[in-house]
Amino acid sequence: MTNFSATDHGEIETIITHRKTMPGAMLPILHAIQEKIGYIPAEAVPLIAEQLNVSRAEVHGVVSYYHFFRQQPSGKHIVQICRAEACQANGGSALAEHASSALGCDFHATTADGQFTLEPVYCLGQCGCAPAMMLGDELHARMTPEKFDQLISAKRNTP
Amino acid sequence: MTVIKVYVPCDSSAIAVGANQVAQAISDQAQQRGIPIQLIRNGSRGMFWLEPLVEVATPQGRIAYGPVEVADVASLFEAGFLQGNAHALHQGLTEQISFLKNQERLTFMRVGITDPLSIQDYLAHEGYAGLQRALGMSAAQVVQEVLDSGLRGRGGAAFPTGIKWKTVLNTPAETKYIVCNADEGDSGTFSDRMVMENDPFMLIEGMTIAGVAVGATQGYIYVRSEYPHAIAALNRAIEIAYENGYLGNQICGSQLCFNLEVRKGAGSYVCGEETALLESLEGKRGIVRVKPPLPAIHGLFNQPTVINNVISLAAVPLILARGAAFYQNAGMGRSRGTLPIQLAGNIKHGGLVEKAFGVTLRELLVEYGGGTASGRPIRAVQVGGPLGAYMPESQFDTPLDYEAFAAIGATVGHGGIVVFDDTVDMAKQARYAMEFCAIESCGKCTPCRIGSTRGVEAIDKIIANQDRSQQVHLLRDLCDVMVNGSLCAMGSMTPNPVLSALNHFSDDFAVKESK
Repeated sequence: MTNFSATDHGEIETIITHRKTMPGAMLPILHAIQEKIGYIPAEAVPLIAEQLNVSRAEVHGVVSYYHFFRQQPSGKHIVQICRAEACQANGGSALAEHASSALGCDFHATTADGQFTLEPVYCLGQCGCAPAMMLGDELHARMTPEKFDQLISAKRNTP
Repeated sequence: MTVIKVYVPCDSSAIAVGANQVAQAISDQAQQRGIPIQLIRNGSRGMFWLEPLVEVATPQGRIAYGPVEVADVASLFEAGFLQGNAHALHQGLTEQISFLKNQERLTFMRVGITDPLSIQDYLAHEGYAGLQRALGMSAAQVVQEVLDSGLRGRGGAAFPTGIKWKTVLNTPAETKYIVCNADEGDSGTFSDRMVMENDPFMLIEGMTIAGVAVGATQGYIYVRSEYPHAIAALNRAIEIAYENGYLGNQICGSQLCFNLEVRKGAGSYVCGEETALLESLEGKRGIVRVKPPLPAIHGLFNQPTVINNVISLAAVPLILARGAAFYQNAGMGRSRGTLPIQLAGNIKHGGLVEKAFGVTLRELLVEYGGGTASGRPIRAVQVGGPLGAYMPESQFDTPLDYEAFAAIGATVGHGGIVVFDDTVDMAKQARYAMEFCAIESCGKCTPCRIGSTRGVEAIDKIIANQDRSQQVHLLRDLCDVMVNGSLCAMGSMTPNPVLSALNHFSDDFAVKESK
């Protein structure tokens, strides 16, 4: 079930209209939709296809290719834990395991209360202060399991 | 009373460890105490173990305090840090800290010193001197200068930058493009990010010079979505450059035009490969193209395109400002100039070290890095990102030089060094290399798409001791196919970490004693 509304439809059309003449408009359009709505609704695909004069398969192909684009709504807050080598070398794997057990959900999944979506990320460029994570749009480095718990409890039930 | 300048970095690594809160606390304390200060958000000096690194301008020079937490701010004021007085976090004159003092900072000469978004600061520190000189030269002369500097692509492939530019210059077309590859996906690397966040005008100037050199009027910076701070800094710097006549029509009063735009990636590692990046910029799946044709001839939207890494383009303004010979003078063999090296992972002093080529791994790990953060012995270092080899202690005397590394089956890549202590399980790291390739493969060629999955399976069997010797044989054979049969570096270089782990750390693949 998606909660696609007439408002979303209107917003998507405005986003496409404003960007469709850009060279290589597809990614800027998808980014703008995800920023506005939180994900790329399936209903957006034919609208983009028509305006950019490409097939729906091509649009779907792009959406599904990139890890960043989500096809379903996420939890209220997105938690991205770096799983790459520099963080692995400095306690990143333990942090990842802790995150998963503390939130009670796997990677690529959302907590039962819909508060947090846990995602892996492959390098946030904070390798000099590993391990690192993002909570929404906030970056956090030199992470420890204790610091993780503090950040999560402060974020829980905030909008 | 003179207003004292206090510096708190706006680099994202500093922010990730609390720099914004520290800046706020300093500003609040100063106000409460009625002391007028000028708080400047500078770039980071790249000494990340000291971040947030607060600096105070004194008649002797800038004095550093770090790592500063919000709880330290009141005591800093009480100790008289505004006069550079002693405190537990006092690090002395910033420029005299040994990590910084012995570096040869060319590309990073302004980083940490200036306010990244102050064009006045940029101009006061040799900014736009390179473009000014380029505007007085012919296009061919600018290209020749870059060729003569010996600059090679800093993204990892080390292809001579000047040759790419010359090909684009000599390919006639109505429209040409300058594309900056800022898809810095290698773990253990952050030099591109630091340039974009801490000295964005340098990249803008480098791209403008490239435009002047090859006759291109449009540039794109393709930045990964994982770098929101870099994207914001670049967008703001581009606006400022337009407002000041450094971008747009008639740049610096000349007849030349150059426009620049940031495009955001979407979390695909393989888009760091230049042809996949061009596909992505065109709005398609980031699938690698078959080469030839080269991007220099048929690049973005099929037009001749210069595509260079951030650090390559960022090196150009100084090469033009001070001349090719100045840059070429540093380095060893065919690796000329300097490399911004990134020390990361389990390291005591993580950060950015810019040195001329020729510095050894051991100097970097011991003298700069100070050993591991955990205090345990270093067991392995991975140089050059997820596609770089794992190197054992016996190779630490190798000088950082493209050819010297290639000779022992290693890669300098983008200059990232990830340190692991003796608790690392190298069989796990080898498995991760294959797993990462399976996650990130674009899927166009079979050796990479299927090989990576089969590689994970083979390593799992080796770890579980199922037909071990046969599986090792199979893994080596599979790596051979990937090296020789893949379209791009993703598939052909994934065997580097796998085979180096197997060759140098074979004990980790043997039957564990507990079994």
